[in-house]
Amino acid sequence: MKLMSLQLMTMLAAFEPPGWLSGLIEKGYAFLPQAISNVLSAQDATNFLIWPLIQIGVMLAAVLTAVAYLTYAERKVSAWIQVRVGPNRTGPWGLLQPAADGIKLIIKEDVIPFNADKTVFTLAPIVSMVCAFVVLVVVPYGPLYASVTNVNIGLLLILSISSVGVLGIVLGGWASNSKFPLLGALRSSAQVVSYEAAIGLTIVSALIYTRTFSMQGIVEVQKSLGVWLIMFLFPAFIVYLVSAVAETNRAPFDLAEAESELVGGFHTEYSGFRFSIYFIAEYTNMVVVSAIGATIFLGGWYFPGVEDLCKKLPPSISEGVYTIVGVGIFAAKVAFILYIFIWMRWTFPRYRYDQLMELGWKWLMPAALINIVLTAIIFIVGKEYGFVTTVAGQLKMTGAGKAYFTIAGLLGALPVLAVLNTINRNSRSFNLRAQRTTIPMAPRKVKLSSGAPAKAEPVAAEAVEN
Amino acid sequence: MNAIPLVTNETETLFDSDEMVLSMGPQHPSTHGVLRVVLKLDGERVIDLDCDIGYLHRGAEKIFENRLYPMIAPYFDRLDYIAAVSNGLLYVETVEKAMKLEIPQRAQYLRVVLTELNRLASHLLWLATHALDIGGFTIFLWAFREREEILKIFENFFGARLTCHAFRIGGMSYDAYDGFEAQVKAFCDTFPARLEEYETMLNENRIWLGRTVGVGVITAADAISLGLSGAPLRGSGVDYDVRKTDPYECYADFDFDIPLGENGDTFDRYLVRMEEMRQSRRIILQALERMPDGPIMAKVPKVIKVPAGELYHSIEAPKGELGLYLVSDGGTKPYRLRMRPASFINLGALRKMAVGALVSDVVAVIGSLDIVLGEIDR
Repeated sequence: MKLMSLQLMTMLAAFEPPGWLSGLIEKGYAFLPQAISNVLSAQDATNFLIWPLIQIGVMLAAVLTAVAYLTYAERKVSAWIQVRVGPNRTGPWGLLQPAADGIKLIIKEDVIPFNADKTVFTLAPIVSMVCAFVVLVVVPYGPLYASVTNVNIGLLLILSISSVGVLGIVLGGWASNSKFPLLGALRSSAQVVSYEAAIGLTIVSALIYTRTFSMQGIVEVQKSLGVWLIMFLFPAFIVYLVSAVAETNRAPFDLAEAESELVGGFHTEYSGFRFSIYFIAEYTNMVVVSAIGATIFLGGWYFPGVEDLCKKLPPSISEGVYTIVGVGIFAAKVAFILYIFIWMRWTFPRYRYDQLMELGWKWLMPAALINIVLTAIIFIVGKEYGFVTTVAGQLKMTGAGKAYFTIAGLLGALPVLAVLNTINRNSRSFNLRAQRTTIPMAPRKVKLSSGAPAKAEPVAAEAVEN
Repeated sequence: MNAIPLVTNETETLFDSDEMVLSMGPQHPSTHGVLRVVLKLDGERVIDLDCDIGYLHRGAEKIFENRLYPMIAPYFDRLDYIAAVSNGLLYVETVEKAMKLEIPQRAQYLRVVLTELNRLASHLLWLATHALDIGGFTIFLWAFREREEILKIFENFFGARLTCHAFRIGGMSYDAYDGFEAQVKAFCDTFPARLEEYETMLNENRIWLGRTVGVGVITAADAISLGLSGAPLRGSGVDYDVRKTDPYECYADFDFDIPLGENGDTFDRYLVRMEEMRQSRRIILQALERMPDGPIMAKVPKVIKVPAGELYHSIEAPKGELGLYLVSDGGTKPYRLRMRPASFINLGALRKMAVGALVSDVVAVIGSLDIVLGEIDR
């Protein structure tokens, strides 16, 4: 296509469409008038129109199903944790529950509160959802056919779009013209801004090894090195995991909705389909941050030895099988991280607002910052000793190098913790009440008294103010 | 609703800023019923608060004046509906004390077992909702699992799960069902392990500690002057438990300890109640072991008349000291029957505890006070 520059083409063309599809389009073109094929050749139409559309369609369908069943998984896993059964009435093992939920939410009355800013109120959930879905485009779901685009700034795109996503929550809370949503929106904006920073910084430490912003490229690097980056960057992975939970407003960081404090937080006034859009956005965000985590730290669709195995298959099916197996591996990794999310949510109590900020700014941010410096030092030292070399722009690592980076990465966490402990030990708590600092934390025990038999003497009644 | 009192000097505002008045309740997930708390907020910080009660007012005390003595008893189950057995015990004991009735031993022991079981049920519900307020949803359902066992026993015994009622003036209206002791013993056997499960989840959990340690502190002197009782009082280290100081029923027969906190914060109140559950189990086991045989009903006149005079009697209910002031003119109906509701007086400490803290702390403090609106509003 004439309009598309070469650069854009290379950027978008993640992988050539399969041969049979091109052939099919070629044949179909014979029936079309000349005018169309003059503007858009059959090859271009396949590469830039039909094939991407098919990919996007499949991706959306797959992710939406995954999101729907994520809610089901959440219910089932929480039920197991809480000694319950979970959904088991709609369909076998309650498998149709997501569909029933969806139908129920759609046919519910859509209430827009009196005095609410109608335009913003209507648009806010859409902002949330669009931001959650746009990011999906750059995620590599698997090798070969299974990624929609290969944007060379994929990671930056993700970071920037997900920062916009919080706007949906803030606007929704503001437009409701109600106090609980307002508080929720305020909390959420502060929270997402703080934790976005920590996420960005952990990703920077990963970039020292990957040297590319492209999500596909990051997986390729791990494939060529033959390791998952979690081995070198375990501390960063932990920081990422915690920040990701906070970023998606999930318990124990679900302050924006905090049911027991703010009723429903930013979505208190939302009902019906608008509420479900927020819901979908939240769960899509979970999938997105898990997918990013899986891609950067767990090697995405890469699993050692799978490619060689697939190459042994007859060539006609080897590519297809490799794609599907890769997608399966990726899905398993994402599911693993999602399981941790669910597990955390149903295990921990909720942080308080000031504690959340403290964790973000006093622990995770500095940890991520120090980790960048440490990773850089480890990398340079490794280069000096020849553990890692750059050949034609690609990293090459020896076996000893892998061991060195793994051990150094793990040991690196110790000085980080030591430094943070020193800094934070003397720092003043955000809360101004003096007694917070004077009361010891656990382990504490109650005294056991055999009971005062006589009526207790009143203690220093004059010391009382109230 | 009255105007909110002026800001006291115990808080400091960071910047000059607009204040927001937030009406928390009466429909709010963590005000435990229909309590309305009006908060004056500077951002997230509570500058001042006031409680608005009365949404559940049924005029119970006035109703009592127009009922015969035996007819009053069931009303008490509807006051503190979470600890209906304790409330029923308070009423029948007060009337028995006024009539100077001797209650048979077996009835007393049965009453103690049931009341202590009710204390466990009430404390479990407190733990469940307190944890839920702080965000621990799993503890909520775990505690309900144990409470369910107790409610099954109640259902077998009373025929009801919530408004349990079997105490009569003079004893019990019927004896324990077959297998009652075995069922209670079976529950007591599994219970300590379950308590440990909760404590594993909470006691050393950094988030739980952060949310409870140093939150809602009240000193012993303040606690006494505000008239607190129950865990909020003992959490501050004041050794006062009606079962020990002024033993009613046959509590003097049993060997049990009173847990005391030190700092008077939410975490201490949590620890105290957890230990109280262990002690209640001890009492239940002792009572079952020594359960005497014999009649369950004293000789009570057909028409119950309380001699003229006045009388105050109190028991240690799960929520605190529950008292009843009875004025009788010698007739078949009380002249005046006035309650000392433990929750109502404990709720009075909310302002002292929560002003200066954050919104989340208010929720935690309300949870740790363990209020029930049926008793506050009456």
